[in-house]
Amino acid sequence: MSAVVASQPTAPVARRKSYGRYVLSKVLGALGSLAFVVVVNFFLFRVLPGDPARVLGRDRLKTAEERANFRAEYGLDQSLPHQFLTYLQNTFTGHLGDSIRYRVPVSDLILDRLWPTLLLVGTSTILAMLIGVWIGVVGAWNRGRTFDRASTGFTLTVYSMPEWWLGLILIAVLAVGLGPLDGIFPTGQLHSNDVDPSSLEGMFDTARHLALPVITLTLAYLAEYSLVMRSSLLDEIGEDYLTTARAKGLRDVVVRRRHAVRNALLPTTTVSALSFGFVVSGAITIETVFSIPGLGLLSSEALTGPDYWVLQGTFLVAAAGVIIANLAVNLIYGLLDPRVRT
Amino acid sequence: MTTTPAGSHVSPATLARRRRAQSVRRNWTLFRGHKAGLLGLGMLAFFVALAVFAPLIVDKDGLDLTQATAGVLEPPSREYWLGTDDSGRPILTQLVFGSRVSLFIGIFATLISMVIGTVVGLLSGFLEGWGAKILFRLTEWFLVLPFLPLALILATILGRGLFNIALVIGVTSWPATALLIRSQALSIRERPYLERARVLGAGRWHQITRHALPNVMPMVFANTTLTVAAAILTETTLSFLGLGDPTRVSWGTMLENAFSVGAITTGAWWYIVPPGVCVVLVVLAFTLVGQALEDVFNPRLRER
Repeated sequence: MSAVVASQPTAPVARRKSYGRYVLSKVLGALGSLAFVVVVNFFLFRVLPGDPARVLGRDRLKTAEERANFRAEYGLDQSLPHQFLTYLQNTFTGHLGDSIRYRVPVSDLILDRLWPTLLLVGTSTILAMLIGVWIGVVGAWNRGRTFDRASTGFTLTVYSMPEWWLGLILIAVLAVGLGPLDGIFPTGQLHSNDVDPSSLEGMFDTARHLALPVITLTLAYLAEYSLVMRSSLLDEIGEDYLTTARAKGLRDVVVRRRHAVRNALLPTTTVSALSFGFVVSGAITIETVFSIPGLGLLSSEALTGPDYWVLQGTFLVAAAGVIIANLAVNLIYGLLDPRVRT
Repeated sequence: MTTTPAGSHVSPATLARRRRAQSVRRNWTLFRGHKAGLLGLGMLAFFVALAVFAPLIVDKDGLDLTQATAGVLEPPSREYWLGTDDSGRPILTQLVFGSRVSLFIGIFATLISMVIGTVVGLLSGFLEGWGAKILFRLTEWFLVLPFLPLALILATILGRGLFNIALVIGVTSWPATALLIRSQALSIRERPYLERARVLGAGRWHQITRHALPNVMPMVFANTTLTVAAAILTETTLSFLGLGDPTRVSWGTMLENAFSVGAITTGAWWYIVPPGVCVVLVVLAFTLVGQALEDVFNPRLRER
């Protein structure tokens, strides 16, 4: 690496910013992205072909008068700039419109559905991170051996799978049961109807219901962690400081844990923080397959209708999640590795 | 050069052609060293043959609802190798014709994404000042838009059709390619031979089309193969969520149908397992080939 740097003495050296200025520029960038998402979110639904009143009211609004009333109710009879200003004002005060299907404010719906999704995706992400990193480390350290080849083959196969199909197979095998064997897990839902979810028994019940979806998502996610971890650890393995560490007489395990893995963890940190941002996207299909009442199921249900304001609201939340996660990664990175602050 | 006798006249075009042939041979030798890549290539050839010769392999009438004569959800038998679906159509026929949709959408969507990504990436690498800044910002903004929700919304608004689905996948997946190409373009711009071209009076257009584009093409190619895999997965997912082309059978629509008629609870595994296995195999094939190509075109990776 040093040779490459030395051979380009003429390249201009960018001045490093102080951490404060770095934070400021990243926050401004995130705000810019957020503004872009807010604008896209409006125009996606208004400018593209299709009159909401016609599409939405296909079955219910028969006469022209009914359609006119509908437009007035949702402010669709105003001019586009006027609609845009109203939309901005509403978005910033947290009014995301009413769901056509549920007849309640979209913001209430989203808050209501947020927790199951966070529980499901959060648990799976943490499990996937731990198992994936472990597989990647062991694989890279024993490169080319049986474990490495088996784990790489396995992770690549899972990586090539639609995660909901994996879910379907797991339901068929473990919930419905194969032939004479009965299933041991429920086929869906967040908890049984007759149990109070806040009691101890209810918590066990919820855990039993979440077991299959969590296993599915964990398998789907861990491939990425293990592949990234494996390749970044392979990058470190030839480095001189590892030879030094071994020359000092450190045991192999210590060299791996204290020196190699520590340096190779940075790219994995990025992947993990970013994947937290894709919580909603990741949950759409799995929640549909397992009928778990979270944000994902909310948006996939909103497709049939379509329930425009719910789609708009969940999209905004999903995009905001990604932007916030991105910002967090950048801020942590700037703290850990001052070189990125250029 | 040693094969050319001294003094004999060789036109620059012949030389260029010879050099290109040589590099293709060298890359093929490198690629052949990849067992996984070769396996992927073999699987790919199989599915492409399946898609091209579909009408010769199975009877197209098997797709027609009105011509279905078999029983409903029949398990695999000698007559119907993979059983039948809920309206008595053979699964195998649908599976073979489904490969056409998956491959078409995968390749067409990737083409769209590749063109947008390469153009934006090259321009944002080579332009200076505001133009480059705006393009870069735009790429970053599109990168944070959550992919699946955006694709779902676009598919809902544009309507269900083969081209629309490819379009949706194409316009939502270009930013990653653009960023990759941009970083390549930035490094190419600083190389001595481009400085020489600039000194000789090469305009920006000439630099981009004659020097940068041929240089990034291998990367684009390797990246494209991986994008096809992602596009096929997205098509399957969109179809499963009910946004597929209703007039065509694809692996995704088969799985959607299987799910909605309750093939899981009734134990009709022959309706669920084969389409999914096909998706996995095709996606895996593209991934393996893409990784092998990345290795071939990126010497830094090869040393590992």
